[in-house]
Amino acid sequence: MIADRVDVIVIGGGHAGCEAGLAAARLGLKTIVFTLSVDNIAFMPCNPHIGGSSKGHLVREIDALGGEMGKNIDKTYLQSKMLNKSKGPAIHSLRAQADKLEYSKSMKMILQSQKNLMIKQSEIEEILFDELDQNEDKELLESGYSKTVRGVKTVTGLVYESKAVILCTGTYLKSRCLCGESISYTGPNGLQPSNLLSDSLIKAGVELRRFKTGTPARMDGSTIDYSKMEIQTGDTPVIPFSFDTNPDDIQKEQYNCYLTYTNEKTHEIIRENIHRSPIYSGVIEGIGPRYCPSIEDKVVKFPDKIRHQVFIEPEGTYTNEMYVDGMSSSMPEDVQLKMYRSVPGLENCVIVKNAYAIEYDCLCSGQLAPTLEIKNIHGLFSAGQFNGSSGYEEAAAQGLYAGINASMQILNKPYLSIDRSEGYIGVLVDDIVTKDNLEPYRMMTSRAEYRLLLRQDNADIRLRKKGYEVGLISEEKYSALIKKEEQIKNEMDRLKSIKVGASSNVQEFMEKLNSPKLKTAVSLAELICRPELNYENIKELDKDRPSLPNDVIEQVEINIKYEGYIERQQRQVDKFKKMENKKIPSNIDYDDVISLRLEARANLKKFKPKNVGQASRISGVNPADISVLLVYLENYNRNNNH
Amino acid sequence: MFFKDDTICAIATAMIDAGIGIIRISGDNAINIADKIYIDAKGNHSLKKYESHTINYGFIVDENETKVDEIMISIMKAPRSYTKEDVVEINSHGGRLIMESILNLLIRNGCRIAEPGEFTKRAFLNGRIDLTRAEAVMDLIHAKNDFSMKNSELQLSGKLFNKIEDLRKEILYEMAYIESAIDDPENYDLTDYDTRLSTQNSKWIKSLEKLIESSDEGIIRKDGIRTAIIGKPNAGKSSLLNKLAGEEKAIVTDIEGTTRDIIEENIRLGDIILKVMDTAGIRDTEDKIEKIGVDLALKSANNADLILYIIDSTDKAFSNENRIKDLIRDKHAIILLNKNDRTESINVLENDIQNIYGKNIPVIKTSMVDETGIDELKKIITDMFFSGDIIPKEEIYVTNIRQKEALINALESLNKVKLSVDACMSEDFYTIDLMNAYAFLGEIIGKEVDEDLIEEIFSKFCMGK
Repeated sequence: MIADRVDVIVIGGGHAGCEAGLAAARLGLKTIVFTLSVDNIAFMPCNPHIGGSSKGHLVREIDALGGEMGKNIDKTYLQSKMLNKSKGPAIHSLRAQADKLEYSKSMKMILQSQKNLMIKQSEIEEILFDELDQNEDKELLESGYSKTVRGVKTVTGLVYESKAVILCTGTYLKSRCLCGESISYTGPNGLQPSNLLSDSLIKAGVELRRFKTGTPARMDGSTIDYSKMEIQTGDTPVIPFSFDTNPDDIQKEQYNCYLTYTNEKTHEIIRENIHRSPIYSGVIEGIGPRYCPSIEDKVVKFPDKIRHQVFIEPEGTYTNEMYVDGMSSSMPEDVQLKMYRSVPGLENCVIVKNAYAIEYDCLCSGQLAPTLEIKNIHGLFSAGQFNGSSGYEEAAAQGLYAGINASMQILNKPYLSIDRSEGYIGVLVDDIVTKDNLEPYRMMTSRAEYRLLLRQDNADIRLRKKGYEVGLISEEKYSALIKKEEQIKNEMDRLKSIKVGASSNVQEFMEKLNSPKLKTAVSLAELICRPELNYENIKELDKDRPSLPNDVIEQVEINIKYEGYIERQQRQVDKFKKMENKKIPSNIDYDDVISLRLEARANLKKFKPKNVGQASRISGVNPADISVLLVYLENYNRNNNH
Repeated sequence: MFFKDDTICAIATAMIDAGIGIIRISGDNAINIADKIYIDAKGNHSLKKYESHTINYGFIVDENETKVDEIMISIMKAPRSYTKEDVVEINSHGGRLIMESILNLLIRNGCRIAEPGEFTKRAFLNGRIDLTRAEAVMDLIHAKNDFSMKNSELQLSGKLFNKIEDLRKEILYEMAYIESAIDDPENYDLTDYDTRLSTQNSKWIKSLEKLIESSDEGIIRKDGIRTAIIGKPNAGKSSLLNKLAGEEKAIVTDIEGTTRDIIEENIRLGDIILKVMDTAGIRDTEDKIEKIGVDLALKSANNADLILYIIDSTDKAFSNENRIKDLIRDKHAIILLNKNDRTESINVLENDIQNIYGKNIPVIKTSMVDETGIDELKKIITDMFFSGDIIPKEEIYVTNIRQKEALINALESLNKVKLSVDACMSEDFYTIDLMNAYAFLGEIIGKEVDEDLIEEIFSKFCMGK
């Protein structure tokens, strides 16, 4: 029975699903978000914070493009902090502790009040497809599609038809949770799993794999002795995630986090019981993330470390549960308790929820096109942990990206494309679609080659225009950005043109600021370049300074101070773009490129890169293969141009 | 489509009457074609039955099955061969006529004569050898003297490759450490890291400087010393040129198209090559005495490695030329007091010259008539440019301008790293220039694909042949 016909169906109401559904609905498309539990929209089953190193960048970029995550955390944070402030601006990163329940409730409200968007609580058991017709669908067949999506079927037998389906199933597909010897067949936090959809996907030829992740215990806050821990406070004032949030509107009293450490005793307990960990005893088949290791992994992998950091973070205002960051584990309950109680401040702790590991089905992501559409199935997109990533922010970023591109396909508009030099989202998507990721993919600063250009402070300048072009950023916000860019440019020009002479009061001023005296006249910009000087502290020398917003001053200062580095990075980008612009014809026959190594040939056939740059990043393709490919293309083009 | 159906052959040994000569065949049809002209001891065309990497006895026969030569034949099937294609090698009796007739047989059966360097081109395009090795082979083919020959062999053995690769590994390790520390500050400590990097960086800078230094000498050894001969009209410039060129029966070639369309002449003095610049200009000035003087020569002299300044020692009007004094101040220069045979009319003395140009500049009395001073000139040039022997032993030389440029770029990047460390920038700034240094070094050994370079190599291999 056909229950409804819509434009876009999103399966899953987590961080990916919310962004995907909102994007499609905001672009005017009739959208349904299916979830297993309406009360767990945008649920945070693991850590209680949004952002952090490189993930904070993602949230900023989501916001620049017109996503919701940044705005939602601005409303529901408990503490916020700019990390790595002692380092360069490229790795400054915003992180906020969230009130988990408020975050979820607030997001649910946003979805419910969004025009064109419906939430439905139902399990999807099947994706419906149409095979393509040799005559009618010639164009699609030629573009490499073999079938097209028709809609979905719920477990109760209802059929919903749609032009696109976006899979955002998170960790729910055939999930099982492991806590020592005990296994329960549930999704995270005891929620219902989705056990039928995997088979439907496999039947359609989609290749799945099994990944694992884990979460630490939650403690009863009243049993923790905070006096034995270091207090971690938030910043004042708090800087919002969203470019649209007025900082004045969100300042409030913040919650504390706490820092404590494991010790030799903790490690001893883990080592003695390692055989009871399902990972080491071989019960867990899924592959876990190297970068978010359980405490037993850390103890095994860094045997020389005498302690590991443990952060105690609040779960929300509605509960006294505290999250034990840094000690995720799949040890049995009795071992967990012993191990936690060996940590200073946790001697008498009472566990509210045990730590556990979770295993789930997800996609072999090499099947994805750079639009996050599954290559051979027209209209089937996917995002988030289903694509093999980990983390709320990674999920939200992909959800937004997939939501936009599914909409662009339906609206017959150009796809959104963000490359590695334009955003962390570009890096994330590119890594997911070009690499055989053998473990959950986590965003990291080091994955972004051009990070000095991809700062969290300039995400709006980098990406708002794209958000405007796809239709998620309003005319008004876009003109505000144009104005900001003009102000930055004008102020930089001004600072470069105004000279300061070596007069005696200037020299006196330099001395006061412990800056070397001037030898000749210099521009204000040159002064700002000096490490001990900045825009603010040379104010006295700059009488006619216009009054400018803080975010403009920030850009001016960074651009001037790090100009040389930024230019050099830009040159690296130019080089990168050259390779990205070398298109590979879609009908290329890699068997014709006789010189390729076997592995490279196989992977190029599998991943079907669109350009040489992308080809060079595919697992198993080395520079020699790329030279061969370039020479082949050169020859190919010469022959075809004659 | 790339090279498919195209099988090449060539004589792989020197084209002289020797005891044995090897003919090499490479390509998809190598075995098929060779089989048509090969019979075993029993008279069967049995080449296709042999295993790869075997050597077999038999005969080369023509279309009428008439034996041409008694040979050993080896086959190496793709991809385990030099070109990664099927390769057949015929060890024949090395007579010139015999080898030529075998080649003709192969051509009649569908082979094509290989272009210079084509086996290597295929090896490179097929991913068999990396860029430096391919370049070295190209150099070997175009080698001008014993030095370039030897040095190409050294590069072929991968010495330069290994040296660069080691440097890259070290840089990569530090980059990885910084990246790890940025993402995992708990487990990777950056306290005092700048000191550690500083030490490493100085070490890298030193090795690069050494390589670059050697490249100057290496390039000079390989391509010759860019030499400008200057002097007043009639001082004897072209006589010197002719003397040098004629004396050693030098190969005289014209190469057009260096930066300013200069015509160069390569003169070989034993193991040294003098690349005499703008010789046409010099000859012109001799012809049009009044008009041009030293101006034209001065221009090219600015770019020279060596300046030979010829003074007519019988010149009554000799005086100090400030322009020349400026020109030779920071260069290798030798002053020739020419026409020394005309003892009765000598007017300019060694002392006069040293008073003007200083005592450090070598002054030789020469005569183009009785060849006085020519040997001394050669010796001085050798001492000036080469430390010790001309023929390298085990030193690594970078002899290629492209490689040298990449080295200079890498060095520049490391110097920027040093600036960042000295300016107490935070670690995440180091990586931008470390990454550049790493990439530039990669370009030298083909580990980093520089699209421009591919184009260049492509045209070097494939252009106009």
